Amino acid sequence: MREVKSAKTYKDRAKRAVTKPAALGEDIDLGTYVSSADEPPYQADPSQLPARAKERMLGAGVSLDDISQRSGTFIQMDNTAVHSSIRQEGIEVMATSQALEKYDWLSDYWWQAVAVDSDKYTAHVELNQSNGYFIRALPGNKTIYPVQACLYLSKARLAQNVHNIIIAEEGSELHIITGCTTASKDEPGLHMGVSEFYIKRGAKVTFTMIHSWNPGTAVRPRTAAIVEEDGLFLSNYVLMKPVQSLQMYPAARCVGDNAIVRYNSILVAAQGSSLDVGSRTILNAKGAKTEIISRAITTGGNIIARGYIEGNAPEVKGHLECRGLILGGKGMIHAIPELKGTLAGIDLSHEAAIGKIAEEEVEYLMARGLTRAEATATIVRGFLRVDIEGLPPMLGAELQRAIEASEKELM
Amino acid sequence: MLEIKDLSVAVNGRKILQDVNLTIGTGETHVLFGPNGSGKTTLLMAIMGFPRYRITKGSVTFKGKDITKLSLDERARLGIGISFQRPPVVRGVRTRDMIGASLRNKEDKVTIDRLAERANLSEFLDRDINYGFSGGEIKRSELMQLLAQKPELTLLDEPESGVDLVNVALIGKLINELLEKDCPLRLRKCMGLIITHTGHILDYVNARTGYVMLDGRVVCEGDPHEILATIKEKGYEECAKCVR
Repeated sequence: MREVKSAKTYKDRAKRAVTKPAALGEDIDLGTYVSSADEPPYQADPSQLPARAKERMLGAGVSLDDISQRSGTFIQMDNTAVHSSIRQEGIEVMATSQALEKYDWLSDYWWQAVAVDSDKYTAHVELNQSNGYFIRALPGNKTIYPVQACLYLSKARLAQNVHNIIIAEEGSELHIITGCTTASKDEPGLHMGVSEFYIKRGAKVTFTMIHSWNPGTAVRPRTAAIVEEDGLFLSNYVLMKPVQSLQMYPAARCVGDNAIVRYNSILVAAQGSSLDVGSRTILNAKGAKTEIISRAITTGGNIIARGYIEGNAPEVKGHLECRGLILGGKGMIHAIPELKGTLAGIDLSHEAAIGKIAEEEVEYLMARGLTRAEATATIVRGFLRVDIEGLPPMLGAELQRAIEASEKELM
Repeated sequence: MLEIKDLSVAVNGRKILQDVNLTIGTGETHVLFGPNGSGKTTLLMAIMGFPRYRITKGSVTFKGKDITKLSLDERARLGIGISFQRPPVVRGVRTRDMIGASLRNKEDKVTIDRLAERANLSEFLDRDINYGFSGGEIKRSELMQLLAQKPELTLLDEPESGVDLVNVALIGKLINELLEKDCPLRLRKCMGLIITHTGHILDYVNARTGYVMLDGRVVCEGDPHEILATIKEKGYEECAKCVR
């Protein structure tokens, strides 16, 4: 494997950060996890993967039996890429290890959006056996169907290390669905995923991530995006299944004029789940815009729902909306919306609300003949329905299906 | 037929209705007059079965069945429907979803679209229910949901309030459809009980019987047009005097 430029510097910086706790979230003792796993063989036909794995992946929105409606597919099991393929010209999908060998220039992107020494998790990813996906749209190319990627945690007690690079070249359009899941429904594991997005001038990326972990998994994604002039980054995140501890606070920086960033998050915390999830946008260029929307439901778990918008350039605009619903008598939602402005003439706003289902709304639906349970389900479904501007209808329908599939368990 | 016998209702422990008796024959529409706070809305809410409106005495019989102890949704499924005065906004639940729920068939897009067209609300189908609706739009939306639900007894609380003249005609038309007014009385099944302050709705909807409510009691029963004329001329004081 070809070493990235100044690789030694990254290793040195990572080594100095190996014990550095993250700014947020419960500190995880990495010593209780194992760092390496067996390497399963490469599978040219993803439909030939074990049925059980395919079933779990499907639960996270990754469909392998029929990939005709996918522009590309990438599957990683533990720390090994077991499949990567493309079905459209102008789109590249491969393991980052392979991309590093193929492209010298990839080092220009390596650890450029996320700092290698952010915390012990980024350091661990740099210093240990890792992989991840490299997805790129060549200039002017637009995906007809989404590219799908799956990160699958199979070995018990494994620390899965992932480093993803996504590049949308000038004027391109890239739609990605990522599903992350575990083989086991209860065994412990740790997922550390670094994702660096580079959205060039006039390019558009929609990134829809569905997490479906188990009550024993700890998850520490580290995501950042750099959006250039007229670029669009649309990130959708869905977590409706139990997880032990999940902390992430992705950050997008608008560095070019009129860049746009939108986040939509749907979070459900079952009893025993601890979530600290937020979205950040730094508006550093004229006319840049952002919208951060989150819907959080607890059925007994704890959720910290964060949001941060910073405006440092003229005519920037940002809005943050966080709504929480407490179902049943247990659980906690703590909404922390933050705005920072450093210039006159910027327009930043937020709204946050936490409550239970209003009895008045339930009765309104019951007066039309719905039972109490049906009325409650309709209201919860409505609460989770976010109209995502800019998401292709097909992706919107898939996202809705993923949400509805989990709703049944929620009720 | 709807039969209300000696009905007393309390809200939050406070007695609002006392010994109300009222009968609506199959296919008939009756009208309720009365000053603010006289208990008209409470009567409608108690017939519909909202839990906050506790029946402390008496009974409600609908289609020969004692429904006094039935829940709100059971009564709705049995054939009672209500238009809300100030319905809540339910974020994320679209107008389309509400009509689908009322139809008990959310997949029937053709019927949903047709109903919206009739109520002049086609552009509202994909909006959150009642979100940013004007007074008139709320009224039309409520009637549209009722047209989907097809109740045999429709309870309408001031259907014309806050509605401009052009829209009152449309609302009158929708109510007439709901109450099967184009059908001869002997064949008509649908009943209505309408609260009105202004009586404007009587210009569009034909009603057979009127009542005046004062302080939680029905004090007068008669021809609705005559009652309205008396109220307009002499006020509710006159009704108080002739308590039967």
